[in-house]
Amino acid sequence: MSGVRLIARLDIKGSNLIKGIHLEGLRVIGDPQEFARRYYEQGADELIYMDTVASLYGRNSLHEIVRKAAQDIFVPLTVGGGVRSVDDAREILRAGADKVAVNTAAVQRPELIREMAHVFGSQCMVLSIEAKRQASGHWEVYTDNGRERTGLDVVEWARRGVELGAGEILLTSVDQEGTRKGFDCELVRAVSDAVSVPVIASGGMGDPTDMVAVVREGHADAVAMADILHYNRSTIPDIRETARMSGIEVRQVA
Amino acid sequence: MTVDVAIIDYGIGNLFSVRRSFEHCGASVVVSDDPEVLLAAPRLVLPGVGAFADGMRGLIERGLDKAVVEFAGSGKPLLGICLGMQMLASVSEEFGEHKGLDIIPGRVAPIPKTTLEGKPHKIPHIGWSGLLLPDGLSSWQGTVLEELASGDAVYLVHSYAVQPADEAHRLADCDYGGRRISAAIRKGNVHGLQFHPEKSGSIGLHIIRNFLS
Repeated sequence: MSGVRLIARLDIKGSNLIKGIHLEGLRVIGDPQEFARRYYEQGADELIYMDTVASLYGRNSLHEIVRKAAQDIFVPLTVGGGVRSVDDAREILRAGADKVAVNTAAVQRPELIREMAHVFGSQCMVLSIEAKRQASGHWEVYTDNGRERTGLDVVEWARRGVELGAGEILLTSVDQEGTRKGFDCELVRAVSDAVSVPVIASGGMGDPTDMVAVVREGHADAVAMADILHYNRSTIPDIRETARMSGIEVRQVA
Repeated sequence: MTVDVAIIDYGIGNLFSVRRSFEHCGASVVVSDDPEVLLAAPRLVLPGVGAFADGMRGLIERGLDKAVVEFAGSGKPLLGICLGMQMLASVSEEFGEHKGLDIIPGRVAPIPKTTLEGKPHKIPHIGWSGLLLPDGLSSWQGTVLEELASGDAVYLVHSYAVQPADEAHRLADCDYGGRRISAAIRKGNVHGLQFHPEKSGSIGLHIIRNFLS
């Protein structure tokens, strides 16, 4: 068995690590490199960097941050935000990323998923989905950090993305993000059960037990954590221990 | 400066992390697509991600397939990582049948889409898995896994796995869906790792140091 991955998510604006609520109202937390190192040393299984403004301004300021991180952080780095083309993805990979997450540009032009999977392999192509719950009990795909609606159904879009070659899905609940009220387990389960590739649940972790819920009830393959780590409300070793006590398989860290 | 290790650049994937991890372990690294440079190095690394056929084409177009085979025959340490490990095998079933380097006889076959109990599970296999001693192997002493404990976890991302023709070439397995899949293979001076030592934290760096020593 492969354990559930505990992933530290770092949202970036300019040169700063930031955190918002519902992906908005961003607040500066500090130097991303300092936090990234701390999470690596604590035993994070992976790191995710998301440039929160790149898709808004059509640029990406992450390269320098990623280049620095890749110097001495030896776990997988997923990087997203503002990736619009195969060339953009190549630049990020050259900076030291292992996987590239795409949201807005894939919605605008789904073929980008196929192109990236073809050039770099599916293992490199992470489809990032921002999901907002609708009155009807469905979820709609949003882009640009939860600002723009797309009319797409989340589960259908996830299926389509996997058909096109996405090797993994980063699923962020805009409703839960930054609220500390727990994950949207129904959302995660709906997507995880619909696709053959791993799903990373993101948004809402208030307490280590929320991770247990999203793995058990949501069938998450990996859990992304931000706020809970940034504000030191818990640590990766504590969360790992909670997982182990609950019978959830996680990496053994010496 | 004398070179400790050469990394083969055959136009596929990102060599930054592999290079950086070896440098972090104190090695002087050269990245090259020149067979002469590669053959002159004391140690050789064949990295790679992506599709098998693309990888083999990348090697063949540069005349590097023969160089890797020649290096393997020299007795100097050769390390294949991920796709680099798979290309050490004889043949792959990924998108049709494709010939490999045939340095360690075996087939590259898809990971079954269901667990041993018949339940669907996620492919690609992405994540950290514990390294296990295969049946018939009592220790990793004298291999790149020396001083590791059974269960030490490494990072894998793959949809295909190597099935060595000779069980004696299995160096480490991992468990996925109740089945043993090959995580590392070894034949004499040639090691293949399905996982990414450059992305496996301190365990991975330990393996890299073993390869360098």
